Amino acid sequence: MMGVVMNANTAVSGEFSRFFHFLMQEMKPRGPWLTPFNVISIPVIFTGVVIIVIRFIYGLGAVTNLSQDFPWGFWLGFDVITGVALAAGAYVITFVVYVMKVEKYHSIVRITVLNGLLAYIFYAGALVFDIGRPWQAYNPYIGNKFGFSSVMFLICWHFFLYMVAAFIEFSPVVAEWAGWEKARKFLKSITLATVILGITLSILHQSGLGALFLMAKPKIHPLWWSEFIPVLFLVSSVYAGLAMIIFESTISHRVFRHLIPHDPKHSFDDILFGLAKGAAIVMFVYYFFKALLFIHGKQWSMVNDAWGYWFLVEVIGFVLIPGFMFAFGYRNRSLNIIKIASVMALLGIVLNRLNVSVISFKWYAEVHYFPSWQEIVVTLMIIFTEIWILRWVVTRMPVFKPAH
Amino acid sequence: MDRRGFLKTTLVAGSAALAGGDLCAQETRDPEEFVGILVDTTRCIGCRACEVACGETHDLFVPDVLNDGALEENRSTSDKQWMVVNKFETEAGEVFVKRQCMHCYQAACASACPTEAMEKTKNGPVTWHGNRCIGCRYCMASCPFDMPKFEYGEWNPKIQKCTLCFERLEAGQKPACVAACPTDALMFGTRVKNLEIARHRIYNHPDDYVHHIYGEHEVGGTGYIYLSAVPFEQLGFRTDLGTRPYPEYTKEFLYSVPMVLFGVPAFLLGLNALIGGPQPGQEKTFELEAGDDGGGDER
Repeated sequence: MMGVVMNANTAVSGEFSRFFHFLMQEMKPRGPWLTPFNVISIPVIFTGVVIIVIRFIYGLGAVTNLSQDFPWGFWLGFDVITGVALAAGAYVITFVVYVMKVEKYHSIVRITVLNGLLAYIFYAGALVFDIGRPWQAYNPYIGNKFGFSSVMFLICWHFFLYMVAAFIEFSPVVAEWAGWEKARKFLKSITLATVILGITLSILHQSGLGALFLMAKPKIHPLWWSEFIPVLFLVSSVYAGLAMIIFESTISHRVFRHLIPHDPKHSFDDILFGLAKGAAIVMFVYYFFKALLFIHGKQWSMVNDAWGYWFLVEVIGFVLIPGFMFAFGYRNRSLNIIKIASVMALLGIVLNRLNVSVISFKWYAEVHYFPSWQEIVVTLMIIFTEIWILRWVVTRMPVFKPAH
Repeated sequence: MDRRGFLKTTLVAGSAALAGGDLCAQETRDPEEFVGILVDTTRCIGCRACEVACGETHDLFVPDVLNDGALEENRSTSDKQWMVVNKFETEAGEVFVKRQCMHCYQAACASACPTEAMEKTKNGPVTWHGNRCIGCRYCMASCPFDMPKFEYGEWNPKIQKCTLCFERLEAGQKPACVAACPTDALMFGTRVKNLEIARHRIYNHPDDYVHHIYGEHEVGGTGYIYLSAVPFEQLGFRTDLGTRPYPEYTKEFLYSVPMVLFGVPAFLLGLNALIGGPQPGQEKTFELEAGDDGGGDER
């Protein structure tokens, strides 16, 4: 009996020390240090850390322009609300590949899920800097009181559960990297279940982020407030995710070219064209819904002022036009047009989320909120740190290798 | 799918239901039980004794009412002052208005709070529990009157707002501001009784009041109710808030949560089973090709 336990112990500790050495080896940097990205990102990350330290000593007011009139600013409106919308690609593409069993997009699943997972960890995680008492952040989970009637409660839970689901979806890659074959097989076997869980959670919290603003009805400009904000957020998250995959994979195919094997059956261009077609259709549906709400709400009279023009810039300039560009690029096999369209569609998402959460919030106020430079530096810090981690994972784990 | 796979799938998908307790169970309360305060703005002389009493009682900022000239500017409550009195030039001359948390019948802040740190207590006051609050400020974004205030200058910030002197009520006393009022502009009592008094005054002096009790129906009814000689827009009140209780704006969304939590997994599992065939990546050919290309630099 004792011997068996001893043997098991030795095996575990042996595996542990092997993995530890392996991890230390993997921690070492690869490639040159003084790249333009490193030169820019390292000072920004350090400045951001200093700002965060100041924020935790002197309070949110010391580094942000938040006020009693504007409780939510750039950290919530951009990092969380916008960041999560841009991470929607993971649930869309896992739906297509694992539920619909479309082999064509299989080669981009791993990188997309990794992007989604990191986006949630960093952008939803940015809430830790924004909330006033983060050391009590466990309260919605294991506290003595649960706000069942709160949309924020739902979002707290779903962010957490979705991160777990996305991690399980990605975990076979980690297991493969670490050489844990048994764990990999098990984790692979529960992929479909976690994918379905992830899709369900995504539907709820993508729309839930919109539902956060339902009670702010008297404070949000009527062109942006509607009882259908949750549906609008959900529908737009679908094309936000698709546009992000096009944008992001175009860049990673340039930067990580040496890591990406050639898939003879489905060329990268074919995948991009497919994504563009999907994005175009979803954008037209979204635009139609926006138009319906506009007409039904009899909002013609609101168009003829600065807010109205701004609304048209968002809806026509950054939804309808990129939608047509996607469709045009798909028909004419023009990758360049598709890439430009994806950037415009992403800008449109940023505009829409910021318009709802920050820009048109208290549009009647005499002094309006504008983010401080510290808020912007911290946001850049979060983005750069995420890219560092992404780069580390991609250059070490089999992210671009087609899955077994 | 084999039985084991099915069980695993069901187990994981079912655990989604753990997060599905998000039903919006709005308690039905008897409004007669509620206490509140009737503010008769025609009686207020702008002495600001209530401001002083509030500051002293709750250990907040105590204004120097004789010398600070604060009536000349339009102030809002802050993290240092739970209530303020403002002066308005109206068609009926100078009118003074006390503003603070309205203690809504169905409070937006309380339903917004993810940890029930903001709580609508059984007898009326809306209070805040520091040991539950995570500082997300959703209460501030949701409150139609913008009353919860946040301590931006503190490392351990609190939400500050009127508590209707919750502790004094438990000790059988009136709220500090009511006790300090020299002209009975403030009347403490159950909401039902306050409404009766307010209607009585309008009925007896129909020319002295506008025939509207602010807070009777606004946002579903509030604990504080107001009487005025001039339309409430002239006193800085928002009259476009509607009569629907604010928690109802998110109710439909929260009710749809269980539907999505169970409907979507059922739909997706069914869809997946209908499509049939192997899961992607389980075809042998693909694996062999991968071995040719990806071998070099994976470790």
